[in-house]
Amino acid sequence: MTDNNHDIEQPEGRVPKRVIGTPSPATGTSVLGGDERPGDRGVPGVVPQSEETARKGERIAAFCFLLTLLGGIAFIVSYVVFQVGDIDSARTSNVALGGSLALALLSMAAGMVVWVRLVMPKYNMVQERHTMASDGQTREYVTETFKHGVDESGFVKRPLLRRTLLLAAAPLGLVPLVVLRDLGPRYSDFPEKLRHTVWGEKTKNGKPRRLVVEGTGAPIRAADFNSPGGILSVVPEGYEHDLNALAKATLILLKFRPEELKSGTNLNWTHDGIVAYSKICTHVGCPAALYEQTTHHILCPCHQSTFDAADGAKVIFGPAARPLPQLPIAVDEEGFLVATADFAVPPGPSFWERGDAEATVRENGGHA
Amino acid sequence: MSITTVPKPIAGTSSFLDDRLGAGNFLKRNLRKIFPDHWSFLLGEIALYSFIVLLLTGTFLTFFFKPSMGEVPYEGSYEPLQGIMMSEAYASSLHISFDVRGGLLMRQMHHWAALLFIGGMMVHSLRVFFTGAYRKPRELNWLIGVLLLTLALFEGLTGYSLPDDLLSGAGLRITEGVAISLPLVGTWITFFLFGGEYPGEDVISRFYSLHILLIPGILLALITAHLILMWVQKHTQMPGKGRTNENVVGAPFYPAFMVKAGAYTMFTFGVIALLGAFAQINPIWLFGPYTPADISAGSQPDFYMGFLEGSLRLMPAWEINIAGFTLPMSVLIPALVPMGIIMTGLALYPFIEQWVTGDRREHHIADRPRNNPHRTSIGMAAVTFYGVLWLLGANDELASFFHISLNATTYVGRVLVFLGPAIAYYITYRICLGLQRSDAAVIGHGVESGVIKRLPTGEYIEVHVPPNPGIEAHMRGKAPVPMLPGADGDGDGERNGVPPKQLRGPLGRLRVKMSRAYGGEKIPLDDGHGHGEEHAAIGSGEDRSLTH
Repeated sequence: MTDNNHDIEQPEGRVPKRVIGTPSPATGTSVLGGDERPGDRGVPGVVPQSEETARKGERIAAFCFLLTLLGGIAFIVSYVVFQVGDIDSARTSNVALGGSLALALLSMAAGMVVWVRLVMPKYNMVQERHTMASDGQTREYVTETFKHGVDESGFVKRPLLRRTLLLAAAPLGLVPLVVLRDLGPRYSDFPEKLRHTVWGEKTKNGKPRRLVVEGTGAPIRAADFNSPGGILSVVPEGYEHDLNALAKATLILLKFRPEELKSGTNLNWTHDGIVAYSKICTHVGCPAALYEQTTHHILCPCHQSTFDAADGAKVIFGPAARPLPQLPIAVDEEGFLVATADFAVPPGPSFWERGDAEATVRENGGHA
Repeated sequence: MSITTVPKPIAGTSSFLDDRLGAGNFLKRNLRKIFPDHWSFLLGEIALYSFIVLLLTGTFLTFFFKPSMGEVPYEGSYEPLQGIMMSEAYASSLHISFDVRGGLLMRQMHHWAALLFIGGMMVHSLRVFFTGAYRKPRELNWLIGVLLLTLALFEGLTGYSLPDDLLSGAGLRITEGVAISLPLVGTWITFFLFGGEYPGEDVISRFYSLHILLIPGILLALITAHLILMWVQKHTQMPGKGRTNENVVGAPFYPAFMVKAGAYTMFTFGVIALLGAFAQINPIWLFGPYTPADISAGSQPDFYMGFLEGSLRLMPAWEINIAGFTLPMSVLIPALVPMGIIMTGLALYPFIEQWVTGDRREHHIADRPRNNPHRTSIGMAAVTFYGVLWLLGANDELASFFHISLNATTYVGRVLVFLGPAIAYYITYRICLGLQRSDAAVIGHGVESGVIKRLPTGEYIEVHVPPNPGIEAHMRGKAPVPMLPGADGDGDGERNGVPPKQLRGPLGRLRVKMSRAYGGEKIPLDDGHGHGEEHAAIGSGEDRSLTH
């Protein structure tokens, strides 16, 4: 101990209120805890506000509540005044309604906060906690009562009763599951359904199905689709608006110079450098809609699986594990592009029963 | 002016109820129930009040929404889409947006409230985790919370799909792609969910029942249970002056907490209304009707689905074919593993911690995160894991915004998803210890006052003053992280005798090892020095001889 200790017994007087970068020194007003002066009525932990503060709080809160009143009225007025019916009026109505509602709610919130903070006392009340567990005696009593109940009910003593009850409950419990069966089709309908698309079906008059442009529905004359690097989104003729068909059968049609096509592409399934791939990504089924002409890359915008369109749409990046299936195409007598057969493998995302359809096709020399 | 008698209408109603329900006993116990105060205790309330907004705005929306996939030509007042074929669901969503007064506001408030609901739950669960408020006796409430969070994700997913616009359809397609990839049951689940092949004609109406009836019903029941448990078990409190494990210090429910909660409700409502008015969200009219043939670039899910999107993007291609069956690992792993790790990890953490520390006591004083450094570091590692996946869910946006290669973001993400959590763990651990040291310094040496004093010997010292008693009590609330008995020896734990039977096997030894690493006092609060000591303002810091 140095002898200067008595000098700093009450350092607060000389210590500046707060030096930047240091915690505030003890000055008596605590940050936590707080003074436990008894209040007016002697309730410990309740410190009333001074009348001056309370009156100030009352005025501010009242002002806030009046704003809420205004906001509420403004909302009703806006509802009547601002009609909707097009983009601009919907936007105006939205801002007016939302703005007045927000004003009403936020001023109500502000008023209530002021009410608690300035009008109500400061609280620092203490309550005891007790352990959650009940005492031993209670537990003992419950145990005994439970045992009595078991005896009285005869549930253990009379096995016939017990076993038939449990037996009876089993099928009853299955009812909610059984009744859900018709949510889906017969199992024989799937997963076989997933292996085929409408490209495999002939049209009503028995001709191969034409490829038509998505949106316009126009058939595609091979001779007109002649600029290398061209790309079209293509749907099956007759199914232009059938979402169930489109979810599997949508294509991207690409035009290449013959020398650009690599070995991955089945040339027998192309026509004059025109190649058709399934547009449905083999990862989780998003439409692989982006195409980069210079690199021949097809990109799925969902998870960025990237396919090389010049090389049988094989995967060169991303999570897709299989190439986009290629559709065999040719031209009909009028020169329009048609599908000569269905996809050799199921298009779209993988499923449990799918198996390695690609390997099967390779073994069979290009046929499913 | 204080009232001397209870106003007649209130007194009359109260007697009526008490005569029939005996409500007086309940009120006697609960009117003055004490609620501790801390800003972080309000985070869960954001979720609660957002849920109320969801119920109110959602009910409004159901009055106008038609959950049907039947194709109709659009004849509403939004010109660009007039005459176009679309599902009734999408047409009615457009109708709500443009032809119902307040419809757009309700739609936008509903969407914002959904984001706030899930965001509030996430931040609230982080608060509970980092302060150890899930510890006994609150494990059950923690489990209810984990369940609530999981259900809320499904609630969001089903609701997001309902407008049947092109963007929501992309989300639905991904959901289908994930569901159908499940081994054995995948095709069954999708065919049952969609009533046949994707997209079918049923999924919107089925999601509708799930979204407005089943899931909210369960949510409401679980939220009620969550609040009742919180009420019965009483809220935890932060350490501080006069606060112990056997008391609650704070403000009474009636009237202070009641009005505070009311104010907070209004505040949450007001902020959601403000967002609904001025911050456009999900402008479905820009996307057009859903078709499985199209998609817009830069499609992004709502933020709470971002981590799943990111993990799907990060995964390298991998598919296994065995005996005619297919396991699309590049879908299964990213769709199930991260969510599994996070949700299972959350659910099991209280029990794993109990197993490691052997701590079976009740805890009502919340930990400051620094005082359980391993828990805090594990939490931060999980946050980083989630955060990397979440960020990578927007890697196309990142790549185009920062002009970097898209593929590079994926490669970096694949490394970061493993490396990031490890780095976060290490850094957090060091920060926790540093903060503990700083606490110890305040307790042991007082607070630097900024006053420089010259001693008679000519030396300059800085006056240290005792810390604010409130802050000191807050710091002294620290307790060593519990350890298994036998793990706290200096050596191998067997110095004090033979360890208990369950600690002898390989698992037991691992448990002791983990307990020793996890538990204990890393940086003791230094009681070696009194307050008000003085430190040399200049010099090498070897100043203790001066004051003591």
